[in-house]
Amino acid sequence: MQTLGYILRRLIYGVILMFFVVVLNFILIRLAPGDPAEVIAGDMGGITKELLAEIRAQYGLDQPMTTQLWIYLHQIATGNLGVSYYFDQPVSKLIGSRVGATILLVLAAQVLSILLGVVMGVFSARKPNGPVSAIVSVISTVGYALPVFWTGIMLIILFASWIPVFPVEGMVSARHAATGWLSYGWDVARHLFLPAFTLAIIFLAQYARLSRASMIDVLGADYVRTARAKGVPEMRVIFKHALRNAILPILTVAGLQFGNLISGALLVETVFNWPGMGTLAFDSILRRDYPTVLGILIIGSAMVVVANIVTDLGYRLADPRIRTTGGRR
Amino acid sequence: MSATQHSTPAPDAPVVEAVSPLSEAFRMFRRNRPAMAGTVVFLILLAIVIYGALYGGDPFEIVWAPQTPPGEDGFVFGTDYLGRNLLTGLLTGGAPTMVVGASAAALSIVIGITIGAFAGYFGGWVDTLLMRVTEFFQVLPALLFAMVLVTLFSPSLLTSSFAIGIVMWPQTARLTRAEFLKIRELEYVTAARAIGARDRRIMWRVILPNALPPLIVSATLTVGVAILFEAGLSFLGLGDPNTMSWGMMIGANREYILDAWWPVTFPGIAIFLTVFSVSLIGDGLNDAFNPKMRER
Repeated sequence: MQTLGYILRRLIYGVILMFFVVVLNFILIRLAPGDPAEVIAGDMGGITKELLAEIRAQYGLDQPMTTQLWIYLHQIATGNLGVSYYFDQPVSKLIGSRVGATILLVLAAQVLSILLGVVMGVFSARKPNGPVSAIVSVISTVGYALPVFWTGIMLIILFASWIPVFPVEGMVSARHAATGWLSYGWDVARHLFLPAFTLAIIFLAQYARLSRASMIDVLGADYVRTARAKGVPEMRVIFKHALRNAILPILTVAGLQFGNLISGALLVETVFNWPGMGTLAFDSILRRDYPTVLGILIIGSAMVVVANIVTDLGYRLADPRIRTTGGRR
Repeated sequence: MSATQHSTPAPDAPVVEAVSPLSEAFRMFRRNRPAMAGTVVFLILLAIVIYGALYGGDPFEIVWAPQTPPGEDGFVFGTDYLGRNLLTGLLTGGAPTMVVGASAAALSIVIGITIGAFAGYFGGWVDTLLMRVTEFFQVLPALLFAMVLVTLFSPSLLTSSFAIGIVMWPQTARLTRAEFLKIRELEYVTAARAIGARDRRIMWRVILPNALPPLIVSATLTVGVAILFEAGLSFLGLGDPNTMSWGMMIGANREYILDAWWPVTFPGIAIFLTVFSVSLIGDGLNDAFNPKMRER
């Protein structure tokens, strides 16, 4: 019951945050230099006074500001994100067809970076001053400093010409389009590997450092010594006894990373031509297609809000101690 | 902090000099080999960038056959897809990256410290309100928001710095707030208040100097992230179109990577070295300010 109330409070707070995101969007459109009507008309070719007036009426640009804001809020609340100037399609439909690919990429990168990061962290925590630890800390500092789009390009050069085991572009290969879902899934997975790995490299560093630090803490705890003393195998001590406690701070950070993951995905998608929101954002920004760009900003923010709520719930499931405090930090 | 007793030591005893925490930290930093290496690399890069900005020449000028491999015909780094000298690009392309990186970081640090200080010092509804604003900014995907801002106000060095600074401050704000919350309960703050110091004085002259070590570390790392942001924006074609930058070089040549690897590889290495050296300095400062963490 308490958890239900908590979820409800979080949802309401999320809706309030989204309300302000939409208001911010509205302000941004009005702040943009130039008349939006002219931008639209310019795309259609040939600007006449009648056309401008028609466009203003169609987009509500002739109403007072507060009315416009109200119309805009109402539109967004009913799932109408406007019509793309450039693609000449509803923005919600455009984003809808792309959002799955971005979520897939972001989640794959998240899982990959946590797995690799935790493994690296755990192994370097066992001997904090050993050579493994040194290598891990070099890898994580390097990974953090690499520009993600450049890493992607380097991997493309490597895999396109020297080791052609992974496809370097797009999400599916053309010849797989008609075959069964299993081979389709395998095809997508092969396409997913390089972009997800590229994106994972940045976040790997943080997870490795974090899990190293918290594993060192936990491995010094009394209950770990007890487990070792009673003869529990070392691997079991590490992965079963210690890691379960060491993983909590990683979950917290993982939740906070979603915004950064989406930012990284924007760059990675354009490098690998991954058909997600990032490539859409890039295409529409180059064409000054404001409705699409702002729609992506709204949906991207909504993804972060949802990810934060899910992380909080996951955290409460993983650590029973948090439930009693009612989620206050 | 330097509570040295001024008792005269015995004549033969080794003289123990009082060390301030700052000079102690500096000493630790100098003994930290990766941190010193980072400092040296960064200073060299800085010198090259300054030299390039002054005497580098015109990076947009077409000088030779397109995609001349590095080392041929006297072009150390080769030429790009239009036949522009990559050496010139590399020399001049660092300035916008570093200028935007530094000013964006400065902006985000100023905003972050101000908001964090007010939230942490005053608490109550001020804290709640400011933290809600911070959370709001953390919900917006940073790069996307920066892209939108730059596009709306047309790309230039100024708009890039502004946009990147605006999206990066929340972390600094959170850190500053945490430090202020911790320090405001300490005795010397109570003492300052007891002698009638005003809030403004306590915040900026008493608490802030004592909160500086973690803030300096985070500021250093912020510069690294800001440089990566600038590179990302220029790569996407959202940097200042009239200024050559490392990110722009990568973006411009990305269509031709399978014909010529060098026009994208070298600018990327330059960006990497800059961020890498900055983060080595940041790690070194962190170790120097927190000697306890060294065993980790």
